[in-house]
Order: sequence, then C-alpha cells, then structure tokens
Amino acid sequence: MGRASIRIGAGAGFSGDRIDPAVELITRGELDFLCFECLAERTIALAQLARAQDPDGGYDPLLKARMRACLPEAVARGVRIVTNMGAANPLAAMRAALAEARDLGLHGLRMAAVLGDDVLQAVTGQDLPLIDRPGRLGDIAPQVVSANAYLGAFPIARALDQGAQVVFTGRVCDPALFLGPMIHAFGWAVDDWTRLGRGTAVGHLLECAGQLTGGYFADPGVKDVADLARLGFPLAVVEADGHATLTKVAGTGGCLTVATAKEQLMYEILDPAAYRQADVVADFTGITLTQTGPDQVRVTGADGRARPAEVKVSVGYRDGFIGEGQISYAGQSAVARGELAIAIIRERLALLQAPVDELRCDLIGVNAANVTAHRPAPAEVRVRIAGRAASAQAARIIPAEVDALYLNGPAGGGGVTTSLREVVAVASVLLPQGAVVPTILHEVA
Amino acid sequence: MRLGELAHARTGDKGDTSQICVFVHHQADYPRLLRLLTAPRVSAQLCGLSVERVEIYPLPGLGAVNLVLHGALSGGVTRSLALDAHGKTLGMQLLDMEIGEDDNA
Repeated sequence: MGRASIRIGAGAGFSGDRIDPAVELITRGELDFLCFECLAERTIALAQLARAQDPDGGYDPLLKARMRACLPEAVARGVRIVTNMGAANPLAAMRAALAEARDLGLHGLRMAAVLGDDVLQAVTGQDLPLIDRPGRLGDIAPQVVSANAYLGAFPIARALDQGAQVVFTGRVCDPALFLGPMIHAFGWAVDDWTRLGRGTAVGHLLECAGQLTGGYFADPGVKDVADLARLGFPLAVVEADGHATLTKVAGTGGCLTVATAKEQLMYEILDPAAYRQADVVADFTGITLTQTGPDQVRVTGADGRARPAEVKVSVGYRDGFIGEGQISYAGQSAVARGELAIAIIRERLALLQAPVDELRCDLIGVNAANVTAHRPAPAEVRVRIAGRAASAQAARIIPAEVDALYLNGPAGGGGVTTSLREVVAVASVLLPQGAVVPTILHEVA
Repeated sequence: MRLGELAHARTGDKGDTSQICVFVHHQADYPRLLRLLTAPRVSAQLCGLSVERVEIYPLPGLGAVNLVLHGALSGGVTRSLALDAHGKTLGMQLLDMEIGEDDNA
C-alpha cells in the first residue's frame, strides 16, 4: 500500500487490563491501529467451558466495556482495532461488538472474525505426543475440553485488506496481532523472513502493553518509575522495513527507556535466537535498542528464519479440583503456631483417609513464594494449605479442615479464607500447518 | 554485596519452565555477570525449586543473561498448587544472591 510508516498502539496486555490508557492512545496517539492482547494460555480453555454453557458466550468478559469506551473515538479518528478478545467464540464477540456499535450509532462499521483456530475436531482421536512433558494426548483424551491452534498474522492482514475496521480473533500468536497490520500496510511477503522477524520483535515488545512503559519495572530506590497510577501504554512507529521507534503519549505516567524495553524484549523468551511463531522463527540476538529521545526507543536488527512446519496447539483438559484454605497467626510465636497448624492438618487428612492426590503446605511470609535459604522471623505468618483431588467433594476437605482450625487448632488463629476450584490445565501438541485452515467472516453494523 | 546492586531482572513462564533474564545496570559489569550466573549458583540461590535443567543464553548486546529453568514450576501455572504459580517472584529472589569481592576478579 506504499505507506512509509504506521503507528500501532497496545491497548491491553491482559484480559483485565486498564481501559483508560487505551482511550488515551486513541485520542492522543495519532494511531493507525490499536491492538488488544487479552487471551492468556489457559483463558481460552475456560472460555470454551463458558461457550459450552452458552453458545453465544465464550468471548472476553470486558469486550463490551472496551468497545463502548473505545469505538466512538476510534471510528472518528480512523483507528482500526485488532484483538483476540474473541477467545473461544470470535463470531459471537464480533456480533456483540456490532450490537454495541449500533447502540452507539456507528452504523456501517465493518468488522471481521478470524475463525479456524478451534481444532478440537481435528485432534480428537489422534494420539499425538505432548510437546511440553512426557505423555500423549490419548492419556488425557476423556478430560479434553478444548484444542486451539496458534494462528499467525496473515489472516488478520487479509481481514484488514478486505476492509474490516475491527478484527476479532481467537487464539493467535500474541505478536501476530501487531504483525497483521504491518503485513497489511506494507505488503510483506509470506516468506520475507527478515521483515516478519522484525515485525514479530515489535509485536512482542508491545503485546504486554504497560510492561514496556514502566509497568512491572519499579523497584523503589533502584528503578523508580513516576506516576504508575496513570501509566501510559506504548505505541510503535513501524517503518516499511520493519524497524521501529517505540514511544508513548506525552504527559502520561511511566517511562520508556532502553532498560524497560530490554526487560520486555526478553520477557517469556527461551532461546532468543529461535522465538517460534506461526509465521516465522524470529531471532532477537542481533537487536539493538537505542534511546532516541525522552520516552522514545529505537528497535533495529531483529531477524527471522523460515516458519516451523508445524503449528502449536493448546489443549485444555479437566484436571481435578484444588481446595485451599488460609489462616493467619501473629505475635512472637507466629511461626511455631503456623507450623503446628500445618502438622495438625496433615494428621487430620491422614485420619480421615482423605483422597488428596497432592498437598502443599506453606507459611506465607516465610516459604510460600520465597525459595531461597533466607528465613527471617516475621511478625505474622499466614498458613496456606492447597490440595488437589479428583472430585470437588474430596477437595472440599481441605478448606473445611482449615476452617476448623479456628476452634480446634493453635491459639490466636484468624482471618480464614477458603476456596475450591476446578482445574483446567493446558498441554500442547503439534499439527501440520496444512491441518489448520483460517477463515474470515465479515459483517457490518 | 548483592547481585541486585549490579543487575535488574524480569521473570516470565512458559508451561513448567521459568525464564529469568538478568541485565547489568552498567555494561562494564557484564563479564562479571556472566561469571556469576552459573547453573550451580542459580540453583543454589533458588534452592527451594526442584529444577531439572538450567540453560544459559548470554546476550552481550543487551548486557543480559537469559536463564531458562526447566521443570521449575510444579507443572506450570495451569495446575501448580504454589501460591506464585507463575514463579513471577523468582527474579527478585535471584537478585538477592550474595556476591563476594572474589567474584570481582
């Protein structure tokens, strides 16, 4: 399309993210595109369960609120939106957004849904090996609730080529949400590995939104970040060769420095020479980050190699129940009483012959998140007992026994909280590229 | 002194694998960071984890060392019983590693 550069903003880095920074980007970021990344690995499996309850459900719970807040200004300023808020049901997500658009008087707005990531039918009955741990799909087959392939950026680019102003996807590689608009704007070829690699690096830097602009960075006295309550989300000015300048709206909170960009560039990257995506295997080892102004960082030097022959598929499966209970102890002997409480729980579960498959007992304040050898003596501790069981009934024994510590446990226990939840775990398998066929559906408000 | 006086870190997770990327504040400290972040020292600092295998990826251009801790997360965020099932708190715990003057050689 002959554009010299485009401006792409990051409107959300997770499903529950703040909405006001996205509106600020639309109104003050001079954007061409705004992408919302809202779909964690397990979220889609939970969304499939929601869709099983309600055929018109299974999309992001904040979709309507985000659309209502963002659409009027986005339409007025010609900002096109790409998002994986479709989750387990991109079609229903698009229709819900269309209803919001009509309600807002935005008649004629064109939207698209990218379908085809749901491959539950394709994997059912196939005894594929699991790629992230020992075992095979057959081992968990009766418990499987979902299977979603990671689609790439080209279906998103095609939906934009065809005129969609808002694009909903289900499971796609997160950077692909941003790479799609680049392919659309610059006409990058399916085998232009270098540019696809560069675009993937930019997409990866943007996909967690505020984590690029000072979110998840502050460490008082060491790495101070101003005004996190008004954190500004990032945008990239991407050039036709895939190099880019990262920045944020002037006057917003947070900061964008080489240090914040480095942390985000490497976030959740294993081998930096081989970041495997549906469209390309990106190579981040040659990347240079340069501060080119206040809150402005230039990204150059990413590369890419031919895409993998196979597509990663996330398989959601029911994996029993987790029951949990917590109780606090304070005062000089807090740790001793907390340890006594844990010993009591262990003995109770043995006495009751509770069918608990796995048990974890922690003292929050001592050794719950802390895995170092450092063991300070805290003024208070919180006992946390979590147990896994095959049935809800069995898992419920854990919260019940923690609750009973009030009257039957050590002195001075308080503040019991309990929970019981079904576990939907995720495993991964591979399918050949050809087994996954994306399709695009357009509708108009 | 602590590793955190030389470096900062961000932690991520992929399934049962924890990933901690450690960055020097000043490029001059990079050779020292590389010497400090060995698999045995990382495992010793995070001794409460049962890590199967540590991979180390040096990124001199970013002043960074990427640590990949396989099998560190009790099955990963979707099924772990841990309070911090993502292992998000691990990087800051790594920065508490005591480093002696001998490391400065």
